[in-house]
Amino acid sequence: MRRLAYLLPLAIFAVLGAYLHFGLDGGPGPLPSPLIGKPPPAFAAEGLASTDIRGPALVNIFASWCAPCRAEHPILMRLAKEDGLRIYGIAYKDKPEDAERFLNELGNPFVRVGHDPEGRVAIDWGITGVPETFAVTRAGVVAFRHAGPLTAEVVDGNLRPALAR
Amino acid sequence: MRMVRPMLFALAVLLWPGPAAAAVSPGEMLADPKLEARARALARELRCVVCPNQSIDDSDADLAKDLRKVLRERIEAGDSDREAVEHLTQRYGDYVLLEPPLKPATYLLWFAPLLFAAIALGLAATVFRRRK
Repeated sequence: MRRLAYLLPLAIFAVLGAYLHFGLDGGPGPLPSPLIGKPPPAFAAEGLASTDIRGPALVNIFASWCAPCRAEHPILMRLAKEDGLRIYGIAYKDKPEDAERFLNELGNPFVRVGHDPEGRVAIDWGITGVPETFAVTRAGVVAFRHAGPLTAEVVDGNLRPALAR
Repeated sequence: MRMVRPMLFALAVLLWPGPAAAAVSPGEMLADPKLEARARALARELRCVVCPNQSIDDSDADLAKDLRKVLRERIEAGDSDREAVEHLTQRYGDYVLLEPPLKPATYLLWFAPLLFAAIALGLAATVFRRRK
């Protein structure tokens, strides 16, 4: 028994080491958004204000200069066309004419587009980059946030369940 | 011998404490030096969310620059330090604070060292007592 007691520190070290090792493995993961469970932040961009947003809906922050936004665009188009989902767009640090050209070229999935040339509205949403997408429920509460381009897995695994809430 | 003076000069240049690295450009600064000093101090405590281990004061990222601007606007508008920081934590969560706040969810984080020290002392005490 006394012999075993000496092994205790080693055992604790092994457990802690394993825990830290696997903790480091996955990276920090997605940042939690303080908006979850709250209504969208109050903002007034040219073309879109917080009072315009009626859930269930998505709010997508994009830019014509952002390559991942191009990559996720077909998914937004499908959600708008096939699911009839309301999607609001916020053009981040973009010239209105560039944003317009982007939407003319690739199709416009948005019911409304707000222009945020200074990136100030995006800060109210707490974004770290473009694209970012927020799901707003029927009750008008932000239920999910995704940083980075949407993928089919995120849409089916997180976005739809969040919107159904 | 001739090389001594240039060498000393080079050494002095190398060792001279330069200004602390900061990304703040003169155009961003507030006119009131008192407010500017407060903004600088706060910015050093706020995490740049796109380059996680830099403060927004250190970072050249566009978003850090934008956040510095927001911070200075709040301070110029008369916010207290706490209100100005809260303005950002409401948007980015506690994650923007480089020093985690003390609250129930972080008690373990803050007090774990004390806890471990207590366990170690307790173990040491029992071991030494048994030896005697």
